[in-house]
Amino acid sequence: MLNFDIVIVGGGPAGLAAAIAAKENGAASILVLERDQELGGILNQCIHNGFGLHTFQEELTGPEYAARYIERLQKAGISYKLNTMVMDISAKKVVTAMNRTEGILQIHARAVILAMGCRERSRGALNIPGFRPAGVYSAGTAQRLVNMEGYLPGRRVVILGSGDIGLIMARRMTLEGAKVQVVAELLPYSGGLKRNIVQCLDDFGIPLKLSHTVVEIHGRKRVEGVTIAQVDENRKPVPGTETYYDCDTLLLSCGLIPENELSKELGVEINPLTSGPKVNESFQTSVPGVFACGNVLHVHDLVDFVSREAEAAGKHAALYVKNQTEHDNSADIPIAAEQGVRYTVPNTVNLKRMDEEHTLRFRVGDVYKNCYVAVYLDEKRIYHRKKQILAPGEMEEIVLKKEELAAVPDLTKITVKLEEA
Amino acid sequence: METRELTCIGCPLGCLLKVETDQGQVHKVTGNTCKRGETYARKEVVNPTRIVTSSVLVEGGNQRVVSVKTREDIPKEKIFEVIEALRGVKVQAPVHIGDVVVSNAADTGVDVVATRNVLN
Repeated sequence: MLNFDIVIVGGGPAGLAAAIAAKENGAASILVLERDQELGGILNQCIHNGFGLHTFQEELTGPEYAARYIERLQKAGISYKLNTMVMDISAKKVVTAMNRTEGILQIHARAVILAMGCRERSRGALNIPGFRPAGVYSAGTAQRLVNMEGYLPGRRVVILGSGDIGLIMARRMTLEGAKVQVVAELLPYSGGLKRNIVQCLDDFGIPLKLSHTVVEIHGRKRVEGVTIAQVDENRKPVPGTETYYDCDTLLLSCGLIPENELSKELGVEINPLTSGPKVNESFQTSVPGVFACGNVLHVHDLVDFVSREAEAAGKHAALYVKNQTEHDNSADIPIAAEQGVRYTVPNTVNLKRMDEEHTLRFRVGDVYKNCYVAVYLDEKRIYHRKKQILAPGEMEEIVLKKEELAAVPDLTKITVKLEEA
Repeated sequence: METRELTCIGCPLGCLLKVETDQGQVHKVTGNTCKRGETYARKEVVNPTRIVTSSVLVEGGNQRVVSVKTREDIPKEKIFEVIEALRGVKVQAPVHIGDVVVSNAADTGVDVVATRNVLN
């Protein structure tokens, strides 16, 4: 059996940043396990620009952002295995993995960092009726085909869902010579960034139909067309509003789901609102010594925030293996998400482990205008900031200060909520 | 006097901006809620630019294609000309980040460079 201080599952942006931070914070031996043939994860297929504005103060493409971290990882001498799939993580932190050259491997870790990322919601999960012809792709699959493998998956395209990957692919397919006819979004607002709606749809005259969905896919062998209909406030199609679009390809950009099969098998407690592990301020899950960061924890909009979060997870994993972590969780203070706030990460804080400042991240459940974000320490309001707009598609941040938390005697609960103007 | 409507990209609010121009000069911006909206509208109406990203074929590499970008932003109306200039381009592996793939693409004065490494 191999032995490492820290094993990191996944070599995407979260795994890379966590590994580098763990090394910088004194972890002696670190192993990154990646199932693809190269490090970098989803960044490798995100060839558009806009990455790294916060981290490097310049606009990089996905592969360039990944390359900077890969270079740092290699310079730091951190070990990694490619084409290696993790099959199981046991409660004793024995990681079982396999690849074609070494067969089955068992690796004992003193700490594990979960950085498996997320995957796209599939047609099956969306319950779109009709036959199962070729030509229905998730937006990310199409992105990989076009940007990494050099194939154009179709010529006349309809996109369901206005997530950022769908918007990015509307532009990409258009530039490659396809005709993108329409983007249909079930909700009355887009989950994508405004910048992407303007630069990927408006720039090319592609219509965005809000409160619309695909009600039928036509064609038996290959997609021949789709029928789109308007939906009412209960998201049910309105009879009589159907429009037929002649197309050979349907792309789905309908949400991302953290990939937590390994975490669940291991017995990590999952937050049903994020589909990711519940974590404390150190990004440690309910299983001691198992940490989580990046899109496996909760789906992010910006890779820069994934890197920040993963650095914190890597640092705390290093402190854990050096036995510098407070193990008593009895003084953990729960964080409640209420009144419009859908979830927070982390779920608890412990003053004995907390840094001087901690960035709490959250999302709201609907579009809210002119309201206040409030933080309460028990009954005492310590934060009250006006926001012109809050939308589910944009992750929000609040910095919690240890000093402020420590000033409240016997603090039992932190609440984050929205308040009316 | 001309009026153009734009959606601001500064934040999720997405203000609907009305820009009044006269002979290429911006007269008035309305509909914005903050200063960023006005700055964006002035730039977008007078001189809209974009970074263009795409991919080209690689020969002899461990990947079929290499991703590329314009090193700087180019005028928005030149997007399709730059894409056209990339059609049929094949580069020989190895390719490194920053290598020039097409110089002075579509007479924009801007080079198209590789954004990933493709080894043999």
